[in-house]
Amino acid sequence: MKRTGERLAGYLMTAPFYVLFGVFGLFPLLYTAWVALHHWHLVNGDTGFAGLGNFAVLLQDPYFYNALFNTVSIFVLSTVPQLLAALGLAALLDRPLRARTLWRASVLLPNVVSVVAVALVFSQLFAEDYGVVNWALGLVGLDPVDWRSDRFASHVAVSTMVMWRWTGYNALLYLAAMQSVPQERYDAAMLDGASRWRTFWSITVPAIRPTIAFTVVVSTIGGLQLFAEPQLLDDTGVNGTGGADRQFQTLAMYLYEKGFGEFDAGYAAAIAWLLFLCSAVFALVNFSLVRRMRGGE
Amino acid sequence: MAARERTGFVVYGLLLAVAVASIFPLYWSFVVSSKDNSALGETSPPLLPGGNLIENVGRVFGTVDFWLAMQNSLIVAGTVTVSNVLLSSMAGFAFARLRFPGRDSLFLVVIGTAMVPAQLGVIPLYLVVGELGWYGRLEAVIVPGLIGAFSVFWMRQACEEAIPGELLDTGRVDGCSTARLFWHVAMPAIRPQAAVLAMLTFMTAWNDFFWPLIVLDPNAHPTVQVALSRLASGYFTDYSLMLTAATIGVLPVIVLFILLARKVVDGVMRGAPRA
Repeated sequence: MKRTGERLAGYLMTAPFYVLFGVFGLFPLLYTAWVALHHWHLVNGDTGFAGLGNFAVLLQDPYFYNALFNTVSIFVLSTVPQLLAALGLAALLDRPLRARTLWRASVLLPNVVSVVAVALVFSQLFAEDYGVVNWALGLVGLDPVDWRSDRFASHVAVSTMVMWRWTGYNALLYLAAMQSVPQERYDAAMLDGASRWRTFWSITVPAIRPTIAFTVVVSTIGGLQLFAEPQLLDDTGVNGTGGADRQFQTLAMYLYEKGFGEFDAGYAAAIAWLLFLCSAVFALVNFSLVRRMRGGE
Repeated sequence: MAARERTGFVVYGLLLAVAVASIFPLYWSFVVSSKDNSALGETSPPLLPGGNLIENVGRVFGTVDFWLAMQNSLIVAGTVTVSNVLLSSMAGFAFARLRFPGRDSLFLVVIGTAMVPAQLGVIPLYLVVGELGWYGRLEAVIVPGLIGAFSVFWMRQACEEAIPGELLDTGRVDGCSTARLFWHVAMPAIRPQAAVLAMLTFMTAWNDFFWPLIVLDPNAHPTVQVALSRLASGYFTDYSLMLTAATIGVLPVIVLFILLARKVVDGVMRGAPRA
Protein backbone atom coordinates (compact mmCIF):
# COMPACT_ATOMS: atom_id res chain seq x y z
CA MET A 1 0.00 0.00 0.00
CA LYS A 2 2.66 2.46 1.14
CA ARG A 3 5.10 1.21 -1.49
CA THR A 4 2.69 1.69 -4.39
CA GLY A 5 1.97 5.20 -3.15
CA GLU A 6 5.63 6.07 -3.17
CA ARG A 7 6.13 4.58 -6.62
CA LEU A 8 3.20 6.45 -8.04
CA ALA A 9 4.42 9.69 -6.49
CA GLY A 10 7.87 9.03 -7.89
CA TYR A 11 6.53 8.70 -11.41
CA LEU A 12 4.14 11.60 -11.12
CA MET A 13 6.76 13.96 -9.78
CA THR A 14 9.25 13.10 -12.50
CA ALA A 15 6.63 12.96 -15.27
CA PRO A 16 6.96 16.59 -16.45
CA PHE A 17 10.64 16.03 -16.63
CA TYR A 18 10.35 12.74 -18.58
CA VAL A 19 8.00 14.31 -21.09
CA LEU A 20 9.77 17.63 -21.65
CA PHE A 21 13.24 16.18 -21.56
CA GLY A 22 12.22 13.32 -23.82
CA VAL A 23 10.58 15.48 -26.48
CA PHE A 24 12.94 18.48 -26.49
CA GLY A 25 16.16 16.97 -25.18
CA LEU A 26 16.68 13.29 -25.83
CA PHE A 27 14.59 12.80 -28.97
CA PRO A 28 16.36 15.51 -31.00
CA LEU A 29 19.72 14.01 -30.05
CA LEU A 30 18.72 10.62 -31.40
CA TYR A 31 16.81 12.01 -34.37
CA THR A 32 19.94 13.86 -35.54
CA ALA A 33 21.40 10.51 -36.56
CA TRP A 34 18.37 9.79 -38.74
CA VAL A 35 18.42 13.22 -40.39
CA ALA A 36 22.16 12.91 -41.04
CA LEU A 37 21.53 9.76 -43.07
CA HIS A 38 19.17 11.56 -45.46
CA HIS A 39 19.12 14.31 -48.01
CA TRP A 40 16.97 16.60 -45.98
CA HIS A 41 15.84 20.10 -46.83
CA LEU A 42 15.09 22.10 -43.70
CA VAL A 43 11.74 23.30 -45.03
CA ASN A 44 10.71 20.66 -47.58
CA GLY A 45 11.77 17.75 -45.41
CA ASP A 46 13.19 14.35 -46.29
CA THR A 47 14.19 14.14 -49.97
CA GLY A 48 15.69 10.69 -49.99
CA PHE A 49 17.96 8.30 -48.17
CA ALA A 50 21.62 9.21 -48.40
CA GLY A 51 23.26 6.56 -46.29
CA LEU A 52 26.67 7.84 -45.34
CA GLY A 53 26.62 10.22 -48.30
CA ASN A 54 26.53 13.37 -46.19
CA PHE A 55 29.49 12.16 -44.18
CA ALA A 56 31.43 11.18 -47.31
CA VAL A 57 30.98 14.67 -48.77
CA LEU A 58 31.75 16.29 -45.45
CA LEU A 59 35.04 14.43 -45.08
CA GLN A 60 36.17 15.91 -48.37
CA ASP A 61 34.84 19.38 -47.72
CA PRO A 62 37.71 21.90 -47.34
CA TYR A 63 35.39 24.35 -45.53
CA PHE A 64 34.78 21.69 -42.90
CA TYR A 65 38.50 21.25 -42.25
CA ASN A 66 38.92 25.00 -42.24
CA ALA A 67 36.23 25.32 -39.56
CA LEU A 68 37.69 22.42 -37.62
CA PHE A 69 41.14 24.01 -37.69
CA ASN A 70 39.78 27.40 -36.57
CA THR A 71 37.77 25.83 -33.77
CA VAL A 72 40.73 23.89 -32.42
CA SER A 73 43.06 26.87 -32.79
CA ILE A 74 40.69 29.21 -30.90
CA PHE A 75 40.05 26.51 -28.32
CA VAL A 76 43.75 26.05 -27.58
CA LEU A 77 44.48 29.79 -27.62
CA SER A 78 41.68 30.49 -25.17
CA THR A 79 41.69 27.47 -22.88
CA VAL A 80 45.34 26.96 -22.04
CA PRO A 81 46.13 30.52 -20.89
CA GLN A 82 42.68 30.80 -19.35
CA LEU A 83 43.01 27.79 -17.06
CA LEU A 84 46.57 28.75 -16.07
CA ALA A 85 45.39 32.28 -15.27
CA ALA A 86 42.45 30.86 -13.33
CA LEU A 87 44.83 28.73 -11.26
CA GLY A 88 46.94 31.77 -10.38
CA LEU A 89 43.89 33.86 -9.64
CA ALA A 90 42.47 31.14 -7.39
CA ALA A 91 45.78 31.05 -5.48
CA LEU A 92 45.48 34.80 -4.91
CA LEU A 93 41.86 34.50 -3.80
CA ASP A 94 42.83 31.69 -1.44
CA ARG A 95 44.96 34.06 0.66
CA PRO A 96 43.44 35.66 3.74
CA LEU A 97 41.74 38.70 2.20
CA ARG A 98 39.77 41.68 3.31
CA ALA A 99 36.48 42.17 1.48
CA ARG A 100 36.57 38.60 0.23
CA THR A 101 33.16 38.55 -1.39
CA LEU A 102 33.90 41.76 -3.25
CA TRP A 103 36.97 40.26 -4.94
CA ARG A 104 35.18 37.04 -5.74
CA ALA A 105 32.20 38.86 -7.17
CA SER A 106 34.36 41.15 -9.29
CA VAL A 107 36.12 38.24 -10.98
CA LEU A 108 32.79 36.52 -11.61
CA LEU A 109 31.14 39.62 -13.06
CA PRO A 110 32.20 38.99 -16.69
CA ASN A 111 30.51 35.61 -16.56
CA VAL A 112 27.02 37.02 -16.02
CA VAL A 113 27.26 39.34 -19.02
CA SER A 114 25.66 37.95 -22.17
CA VAL A 115 28.00 36.63 -24.86
CA VAL A 116 26.35 38.94 -27.34
CA ALA A 117 27.13 42.03 -25.26
CA VAL A 118 30.69 40.79 -24.70
CA ALA A 119 31.16 40.24 -28.41
CA LEU A 120 29.81 43.68 -29.30
CA VAL A 121 32.02 45.46 -26.78
CA PHE A 122 35.15 43.57 -27.78
CA SER A 123 34.40 44.06 -31.47
CA GLN A 124 34.59 47.77 -30.76
CA LEU A 125 37.75 47.42 -28.68
CA PHE A 126 39.33 45.43 -31.52
CA ALA A 127 38.20 47.77 -34.29
CA GLU A 128 40.96 48.36 -36.80
CA ASP A 129 40.97 52.13 -37.11
CA TYR A 130 39.79 53.56 -33.81
CA GLY A 131 39.82 50.57 -31.51
CA VAL A 132 41.24 50.88 -28.01
CA VAL A 133 43.50 47.85 -28.45
CA ASN A 134 45.23 49.25 -31.51
CA TRP A 135 45.47 52.63 -29.82
CA ALA A 136 47.19 50.98 -26.84
CA LEU A 137 49.54 49.08 -29.16
CA GLY A 138 50.38 52.43 -30.74
CA LEU A 139 51.30 53.84 -27.35
CA VAL A 140 54.03 51.26 -26.97
CA GLY A 141 55.17 51.79 -30.53
CA LEU A 142 53.57 48.78 -32.22
CA ASP A 143 51.77 48.80 -35.56
CA PRO A 144 48.00 48.45 -35.56
CA VAL A 145 46.73 44.92 -36.16
CA ASP A 146 43.86 44.10 -38.48
CA TRP A 147 41.99 41.95 -35.97
CA ARG A 148 39.43 40.70 -38.46
CA SER A 149 41.23 39.91 -41.71
CA ASP A 150 44.26 38.18 -40.32
CA ARG A 151 43.53 34.60 -39.35
CA PHE A 152 45.79 34.37 -36.33
CA ALA A 153 44.86 37.84 -35.06
CA SER A 154 41.15 37.07 -35.34
CA HIS A 155 41.66 33.90 -33.34
CA VAL A 156 43.45 35.92 -30.66
CA ALA A 157 40.57 38.42 -30.60
CA VAL A 158 37.95 35.69 -30.17
CA SER A 159 40.06 33.91 -27.55
CA THR A 160 40.35 37.13 -25.58
CA MET A 161 36.57 37.35 -25.34
CA VAL A 162 36.34 33.76 -24.17
CA MET A 163 39.08 34.27 -21.61
CA TRP A 164 37.55 37.45 -20.30
CA ARG A 165 34.24 35.72 -19.75
CA TRP A 166 35.42 32.45 -18.20
CA THR A 167 38.69 32.96 -16.29
CA GLY A 168 37.04 34.21 -13.10
CA TYR A 169 34.41 31.49 -13.19
CA ASN A 170 37.05 28.77 -13.38
CA ALA A 171 39.10 30.50 -10.69
CA LEU A 172 36.12 30.20 -8.33
CA LEU A 173 35.79 26.50 -9.09
CA TYR A 174 39.48 26.04 -8.27
CA LEU A 175 39.14 28.15 -5.16
CA ALA A 176 36.31 25.96 -3.91
CA ALA A 177 38.49 22.90 -4.38
CA MET A 178 41.55 24.53 -2.79
CA GLN A 179 39.60 25.30 0.33
CA SER A 180 38.97 21.64 0.99
CA VAL A 181 42.68 20.73 0.89
CA PRO A 182 43.65 19.69 4.44
CA GLN A 183 45.73 22.30 6.24
CA GLU A 184 48.11 19.65 7.67
CA ARG A 185 49.59 19.08 4.22
CA TYR A 186 50.57 22.75 4.05
CA ASP A 187 51.93 22.71 7.59
CA ALA A 188 54.05 19.68 6.80
CA ALA A 189 55.41 21.32 3.65
CA MET A 190 56.24 24.46 5.60
CA LEU A 191 58.14 22.45 8.21
CA ASP A 192 60.16 20.97 5.39
CA GLY A 193 60.97 24.49 4.30
CA ALA A 194 59.20 24.29 0.92
CA SER A 195 58.77 27.58 -0.91
CA ARG A 196 55.31 28.93 -1.66
CA TRP A 197 55.82 28.18 -5.36
CA ARG A 198 56.91 24.62 -4.63
CA THR A 199 54.02 24.08 -2.23
CA PHE A 200 51.56 25.30 -4.85
CA TRP A 201 52.76 22.94 -7.57
CA SER A 202 53.45 19.93 -5.34
CA ILE A 203 50.50 20.09 -2.98
CA THR A 204 47.72 22.40 -4.13
CA VAL A 205 47.62 21.51 -7.84
CA PRO A 206 47.71 17.71 -7.39
CA ALA A 207 45.04 17.97 -4.70
CA ILE A 208 42.61 19.81 -6.94
CA ARG A 209 43.32 17.70 -10.01
CA PRO A 210 39.75 16.32 -10.25
CA THR A 211 38.46 19.88 -10.50
CA ILE A 212 41.07 20.73 -13.12
CA ALA A 213 39.99 17.68 -15.11
CA PHE A 214 36.37 18.80 -14.80
CA THR A 215 37.11 22.33 -16.06
CA VAL A 216 39.16 20.93 -18.93
CA VAL A 217 36.28 18.72 -20.07
CA VAL A 218 33.70 21.48 -19.68
CA SER A 219 35.91 24.00 -21.51
CA THR A 220 36.44 21.49 -24.29
CA ILE A 221 32.74 20.99 -24.83
CA GLY A 222 32.12 24.74 -24.58
CA GLY A 223 35.08 25.58 -26.80
CA LEU A 224 33.96 23.31 -29.61
CA GLN A 225 30.49 24.89 -29.53
CA LEU A 226 31.86 28.41 -29.87
CA PHE A 227 29.45 30.51 -31.90
CA ALA A 228 28.41 33.97 -30.74
CA GLU A 229 31.85 35.54 -30.29
CA PRO A 230 33.17 34.84 -33.80
CA GLN A 231 29.71 35.31 -35.33
CA LEU A 232 29.48 38.86 -34.00
CA LEU A 233 33.11 39.73 -34.69
CA ASP A 234 32.23 39.40 -38.38
CA ASP A 235 31.34 42.83 -39.66
CA THR A 236 30.50 41.51 -43.11
CA GLY A 237 27.23 40.17 -41.73
CA VAL A 238 25.76 37.41 -39.62
CA ASN A 239 25.49 34.66 -42.20
CA GLY A 240 27.96 32.52 -40.32
CA THR A 241 30.91 32.55 -42.71
CA GLY A 242 33.30 34.08 -40.17
CA GLY A 243 35.02 36.66 -42.32
CA ALA A 244 35.47 37.01 -46.06
CA ASP A 245 37.91 34.09 -46.23
CA ARG A 246 36.26 32.12 -43.42
CA GLN A 247 39.33 32.91 -41.37
CA PHE A 248 37.40 32.59 -38.10
CA GLN A 249 34.49 30.35 -39.03
CA THR A 250 34.00 27.74 -36.31
CA LEU A 251 32.27 24.37 -36.64
CA ALA A 252 29.13 25.69 -34.96
CA MET A 253 29.04 28.57 -37.44
CA TYR A 254 29.46 26.18 -40.35
CA LEU A 255 26.58 24.10 -39.00
CA TYR A 256 24.51 27.29 -38.81
CA GLU A 257 25.49 28.35 -42.33
CA LYS A 258 24.62 24.97 -43.86
CA GLY A 259 21.51 24.24 -41.82
CA PHE A 260 19.86 27.60 -41.43
CA GLY A 261 21.47 29.58 -44.25
CA GLU A 262 21.34 26.97 -47.03
CA PHE A 263 18.61 24.78 -45.45
CA ASP A 264 20.68 21.63 -45.92
CA ALA A 265 19.52 19.93 -42.74
CA GLY A 266 21.00 16.54 -43.59
CA TYR A 267 24.44 17.99 -44.10
CA ALA A 268 24.16 20.15 -40.98
CA ALA A 269 23.14 17.10 -38.95
CA ALA A 270 26.24 15.31 -40.22
CA ILE A 271 28.34 18.29 -39.09
CA ALA A 272 26.63 18.09 -35.70
CA TRP A 273 27.66 14.45 -35.39
CA LEU A 274 31.26 15.09 -36.26
CA LEU A 275 31.22 18.03 -33.85
CA PHE A 276 30.01 15.66 -31.17
CA LEU A 277 32.62 13.04 -32.01
CA CYS A 278 35.35 15.67 -31.91
CA SER A 279 34.23 16.91 -28.50
CA ALA A 280 34.07 13.38 -27.15
CA VAL A 281 37.55 12.53 -28.44
CA PHE A 282 38.99 15.83 -27.27
CA ALA A 283 37.39 15.59 -23.85
CA LEU A 284 38.76 12.08 -23.40
CA VAL A 285 42.26 12.98 -24.55
CA ASN A 286 42.36 16.06 -22.35
CA PHE A 287 40.95 14.18 -19.42
CA SER A 288 43.62 11.51 -19.60
CA LEU A 289 46.34 14.13 -20.09
CA VAL A 290 45.27 15.84 -16.89
CA ARG A 291 45.16 12.55 -15.08
CA ARG A 292 48.72 11.88 -16.14
CA MET A 293 49.82 15.41 -15.32
CA ARG A 294 51.58 14.03 -12.29
CA GLY A 295 52.34 10.41 -12.99
CA GLY A 296 53.61 9.83 -9.46
CA GLU A 297 50.20 9.30 -7.94
CA MET B 1 47.01 30.00 8.40
CA ALA B 2 48.16 32.35 11.13
CA ALA B 3 51.76 31.42 10.58
CA ARG B 4 51.69 32.64 6.98
CA GLU B 5 52.73 36.20 6.39
CA ARG B 6 49.98 38.78 6.00
CA THR B 7 48.54 39.35 2.60
CA GLY B 8 50.66 42.07 1.10
CA PHE B 9 50.17 44.91 -1.34
CA VAL B 10 51.35 42.80 -4.25
CA VAL B 11 48.42 40.42 -3.87
CA TYR B 12 45.91 43.24 -3.55
CA GLY B 13 47.55 45.01 -6.48
CA LEU B 14 47.20 41.94 -8.69
CA LEU B 15 43.60 41.40 -7.62
CA LEU B 16 42.84 45.03 -8.31
CA ALA B 17 44.30 44.68 -11.80
CA VAL B 18 42.08 41.65 -12.45
CA ALA B 19 39.05 43.48 -11.10
CA VAL B 20 39.74 46.47 -13.34
CA ALA B 21 40.14 44.16 -16.35
CA SER B 22 36.83 42.52 -15.43
CA ILE B 23 34.98 45.78 -15.18
CA PHE B 24 36.65 47.80 -17.93
CA PRO B 25 34.74 46.39 -20.94
CA LEU B 26 31.45 47.10 -19.17
CA TYR B 27 32.58 50.58 -18.25
CA TRP B 28 33.75 51.09 -21.81
CA SER B 29 30.37 49.98 -23.10
CA PHE B 30 28.80 52.66 -20.94
CA VAL B 31 31.29 55.32 -22.07
CA VAL B 32 30.60 54.63 -25.73
CA SER B 33 26.87 54.66 -25.15
CA SER B 34 27.15 58.15 -23.75
CA LYS B 35 29.12 59.44 -26.73
CA ASP B 36 28.49 60.66 -30.20
CA ASN B 37 29.90 58.30 -32.86
CA SER B 38 32.33 60.95 -34.06
CA ALA B 39 33.98 61.03 -30.62
CA LEU B 40 35.15 57.47 -31.27
CA GLY B 41 37.14 58.55 -34.30
CA GLU B 42 39.44 60.88 -32.40
CA THR B 43 43.10 60.06 -32.05
CA SER B 44 42.85 58.86 -28.47
CA PRO B 45 39.75 57.00 -27.33
CA PRO B 46 37.49 58.77 -24.82
CA LEU B 47 37.74 57.43 -21.30
CA LEU B 48 35.10 59.52 -19.59
CA PRO B 49 31.35 59.46 -20.21
CA GLY B 50 29.85 62.14 -22.44
CA GLY B 51 26.42 63.72 -22.72
CA ASN B 52 24.76 61.73 -25.47
CA LEU B 53 23.34 58.88 -23.38
CA ILE B 54 19.69 59.94 -23.56
CA GLU B 55 19.93 60.60 -27.28
CA ASN B 56 21.54 57.19 -27.92
CA VAL B 57 18.94 55.40 -25.83
CA GLY B 58 16.30 57.13 -27.90
CA ARG B 59 18.00 55.98 -31.09
CA VAL B 60 18.05 52.37 -29.85
CA PHE B 61 14.34 52.38 -29.19
CA GLY B 62 13.78 54.14 -32.51
CA THR B 63 15.79 51.63 -34.55
CA VAL B 64 14.42 48.37 -33.17
CA ASP B 65 11.48 47.65 -30.90
CA PHE B 66 13.72 47.22 -27.90
CA TRP B 67 10.82 47.42 -25.45
CA LEU B 68 9.26 44.43 -27.08
CA ALA B 69 12.59 42.61 -26.96
CA MET B 70 13.01 43.39 -23.25
CA GLN B 71 9.46 42.30 -22.59
CA ASN B 72 9.99 39.07 -24.53
CA SER B 73 13.20 38.32 -22.68
CA LEU B 74 11.47 38.95 -19.38
CA ILE B 75 8.62 36.60 -20.30
CA VAL B 76 11.00 33.90 -21.49
CA ALA B 77 13.47 34.13 -18.62
CA GLY B 78 10.71 34.52 -16.00
CA THR B 79 8.68 31.53 -17.16
CA VAL B 80 11.74 29.35 -17.63
CA THR B 81 12.98 30.24 -14.15
CA VAL B 82 9.72 29.54 -12.31
CA SER B 83 9.20 26.31 -14.18
CA ASN B 84 12.76 25.05 -13.73
CA VAL B 85 12.70 25.66 -10.01
CA LEU B 86 9.32 24.02 -9.53
CA LEU B 87 9.67 21.04 -11.87
CA SER B 88 13.25 20.26 -10.96
CA SER B 89 12.51 20.46 -7.23
CA MET B 90 9.83 17.85 -7.77
CA ALA B 91 12.03 15.66 -9.96
CA GLY B 92 15.05 16.20 -7.71
CA PHE B 93 13.05 15.19 -4.65
CA ALA B 94 11.80 12.05 -6.37
CA PHE B 95 15.27 11.11 -7.65
CA ALA B 96 16.86 11.68 -4.25
CA ARG B 97 14.23 10.51 -1.80
CA LEU B 98 11.68 8.23 -3.40
CA ARG B 99 12.13 4.66 -4.55
CA PHE B 100 10.67 3.57 -7.85
CA PRO B 101 11.85 1.23 -10.62
CA GLY B 102 13.94 2.85 -13.36
CA ARG B 103 14.98 5.76 -11.17
CA ASP B 104 18.74 5.35 -11.26
CA SER B 105 19.07 4.44 -14.91
CA LEU B 106 16.98 7.43 -15.94
CA PHE B 107 19.12 9.70 -13.85
CA LEU B 108 22.22 8.36 -15.57
CA VAL B 109 20.68 9.27 -18.92
CA VAL B 110 20.21 12.82 -17.61
CA ILE B 111 23.85 13.15 -16.65
CA GLY B 112 24.99 11.58 -19.90
CA THR B 113 23.01 13.92 -22.13
CA ALA B 114 24.08 16.93 -20.10
CA MET B 115 27.58 16.31 -21.46
CA VAL B 116 26.43 16.32 -25.09
CA PRO B 117 26.69 19.64 -26.94
CA ALA B 118 23.25 21.21 -27.39
CA GLN B 119 24.11 21.96 -30.99
CA LEU B 120 23.96 18.26 -31.79
CA GLY B 121 20.18 18.30 -31.49
CA VAL B 122 19.45 21.70 -32.93
CA ILE B 123 18.30 20.58 -36.42
CA PRO B 124 15.74 18.04 -35.15
CA LEU B 125 14.65 20.42 -32.40
CA TYR B 126 13.89 22.94 -35.14
CA LEU B 127 11.83 20.30 -36.95
CA VAL B 128 9.96 19.35 -33.75
CA VAL B 129 9.16 22.97 -33.01
CA GLY B 130 7.95 23.36 -36.60
CA GLU B 131 5.59 20.38 -36.23
CA LEU B 132 4.10 22.17 -33.25
CA GLY B 133 3.68 25.35 -35.30
CA TRP B 134 5.88 27.46 -33.06
CA TYR B 135 8.29 29.07 -35.52
CA GLY B 136 8.96 32.66 -34.56
CA ARG B 137 6.87 32.35 -31.41
CA LEU B 138 8.11 32.59 -27.86
CA GLU B 139 6.85 29.07 -27.10
CA ALA B 140 9.70 27.81 -29.24
CA VAL B 141 12.19 29.25 -26.78
CA ILE B 142 10.19 28.77 -23.58
CA VAL B 143 8.91 25.19 -23.75
CA PRO B 144 12.21 23.40 -24.51
CA GLY B 145 13.75 25.39 -21.66
CA LEU B 146 11.09 24.58 -19.05
CA ILE B 147 13.34 22.01 -17.48
CA GLY B 148 17.01 21.23 -17.87
CA ALA B 149 19.35 18.44 -16.88
CA PHE B 150 21.46 20.83 -14.83
CA SER B 151 18.47 21.99 -12.77
CA VAL B 152 17.42 18.44 -11.97
CA PHE B 153 20.97 17.55 -11.03
CA TRP B 154 21.24 20.61 -8.80
CA MET B 155 17.97 20.05 -6.96
CA ARG B 156 18.64 16.36 -6.50
CA GLN B 157 21.89 17.30 -4.80
CA ALA B 158 20.01 19.82 -2.63
CA CYS B 159 17.42 17.23 -1.62
CA GLU B 160 20.12 14.79 -0.63
CA GLU B 161 22.02 17.29 1.48
CA ALA B 162 19.47 19.61 2.99
CA ILE B 163 16.44 17.51 3.93
CA PRO B 164 16.72 15.85 7.32
CA GLY B 165 15.96 12.16 6.79
CA GLU B 166 14.36 11.66 10.21
CA LEU B 167 11.83 14.35 9.45
CA LEU B 168 10.69 12.52 6.33
CA ASP B 169 10.49 9.23 8.21
CA THR B 170 8.48 10.75 11.05
CA GLY B 171 6.16 12.30 8.52
CA ARG B 172 5.66 8.98 6.79
CA VAL B 173 4.90 7.20 10.06
CA ASP B 174 2.35 9.90 10.84
CA GLY B 175 0.66 9.08 7.55
CA CYS B 176 1.71 12.15 5.56
CA SER B 177 1.24 11.81 1.80
CA THR B 178 4.32 12.23 -0.41
CA ALA B 179 2.84 15.42 -1.83
CA ARG B 180 2.50 16.89 1.66
CA LEU B 181 6.00 15.80 2.61
CA PHE B 182 7.35 17.46 -0.53
CA TRP B 183 5.50 20.69 -0.01
CA HIS B 184 5.79 21.08 3.77
CA VAL B 185 9.07 19.35 4.61
CA ALA B 186 11.24 19.32 1.51
CA MET B 187 10.45 22.69 -0.07
CA PRO B 188 11.20 24.80 3.01
CA ALA B 189 14.47 22.93 3.54
CA ILE B 190 15.76 23.39 -0.01
CA ARG B 191 14.66 27.00 -0.42
CA PRO B 192 18.21 28.46 -0.40
CA GLN B 193 19.39 26.11 -3.15
CA ALA B 194 16.20 26.81 -5.09
CA ALA B 195 16.93 30.54 -4.88
CA VAL B 196 20.43 30.06 -6.26
CA LEU B 197 19.09 27.89 -9.06
CA ALA B 198 16.51 30.57 -9.85
CA MET B 199 19.19 33.23 -10.27
CA LEU B 200 21.46 31.06 -12.37
CA THR B 201 18.56 29.98 -14.57
CA PHE B 202 17.33 33.53 -15.05
CA MET B 203 20.77 34.74 -16.08
CA THR B 204 21.31 31.85 -18.47
CA ALA B 205 17.88 32.25 -20.05
CA TRP B 206 18.26 36.03 -20.40
CA ASN B 207 21.66 35.57 -22.06
CA ASP B 208 20.77 32.68 -24.36
CA PHE B 209 21.59 33.35 -28.00
CA PHE B 210 22.13 30.40 -30.35
CA TRP B 211 18.66 28.85 -30.22
CA PRO B 212 16.64 32.09 -30.07
CA LEU B 213 18.63 33.39 -33.05
CA ILE B 214 17.66 30.31 -35.04
CA VAL B 215 14.02 30.03 -34.16
CA LEU B 216 12.81 33.58 -33.51
CA ASP B 217 12.10 36.26 -36.08
CA PRO B 218 14.46 39.17 -35.37
CA ASN B 219 11.97 41.63 -36.83
CA ALA B 220 8.73 40.42 -35.29
CA HIS B 221 9.48 38.83 -31.91
CA PRO B 222 13.12 38.98 -30.85
CA THR B 223 14.59 38.55 -27.41
CA VAL B 224 17.13 41.11 -26.27
CA GLN B 225 20.10 39.08 -27.49
CA VAL B 226 18.56 38.56 -30.91
CA ALA B 227 17.71 42.26 -31.19
CA LEU B 228 21.30 43.10 -30.26
CA SER B 229 22.71 40.84 -32.94
CA ARG B 230 20.43 42.51 -35.46
CA LEU B 231 21.78 45.94 -34.54
CA ALA B 232 25.27 44.61 -35.11
CA SER B 233 24.57 43.37 -38.61
CA GLY B 234 23.81 46.72 -40.24
CA TYR B 235 25.69 48.03 -43.23
CA PHE B 236 27.83 50.39 -41.26
CA THR B 237 28.86 49.75 -37.72
CA ASP B 238 27.20 52.31 -35.50
CA TYR B 239 29.13 51.51 -32.35
CA SER B 240 27.42 53.91 -30.00
CA LEU B 241 24.05 52.54 -31.06
CA MET B 242 25.23 48.94 -30.58
CA LEU B 243 26.87 49.49 -27.24
CA THR B 244 23.99 51.54 -25.89
CA ALA B 245 21.71 48.62 -26.65
CA ALA B 246 24.23 46.21 -25.16
CA THR B 247 24.39 48.28 -21.99
CA ILE B 248 20.60 48.33 -21.67
CA GLY B 249 20.41 44.60 -22.33
CA VAL B 250 23.05 43.78 -19.72
CA LEU B 251 21.57 46.02 -17.04
CA PRO B 252 18.89 43.69 -15.58
CA VAL B 253 21.37 40.88 -15.08
CA ILE B 254 24.03 43.19 -13.64
CA VAL B 255 21.54 44.64 -11.15
CA LEU B 256 20.47 41.14 -10.14
CA PHE B 257 24.10 40.14 -9.80
CA ILE B 258 25.05 43.12 -7.66
CA LEU B 259 22.06 42.56 -5.37
CA LEU B 260 22.75 38.86 -4.96
CA ALA B 261 26.52 38.68 -5.52
CA ARG B 262 27.28 36.62 -2.44
CA LYS B 263 24.69 33.99 -3.29
CA VAL B 264 25.76 33.75 -6.91
CA VAL B 265 29.40 33.36 -5.91
CA ASP B 266 28.52 30.71 -3.34
CA GLY B 267 26.33 28.95 -5.87
CA VAL B 268 29.11 28.80 -8.45
CA MET B 269 31.58 27.58 -5.84
CA ARG B 270 29.18 24.95 -4.59
CA GLY B 271 28.76 23.73 -8.17
CA ALA B 272 32.42 22.75 -8.27
CA PRO B 273 33.20 19.05 -7.87
CA ARG B 274 35.03 18.30 -4.65
CA ALA B 275 38.57 17.05 -4.59
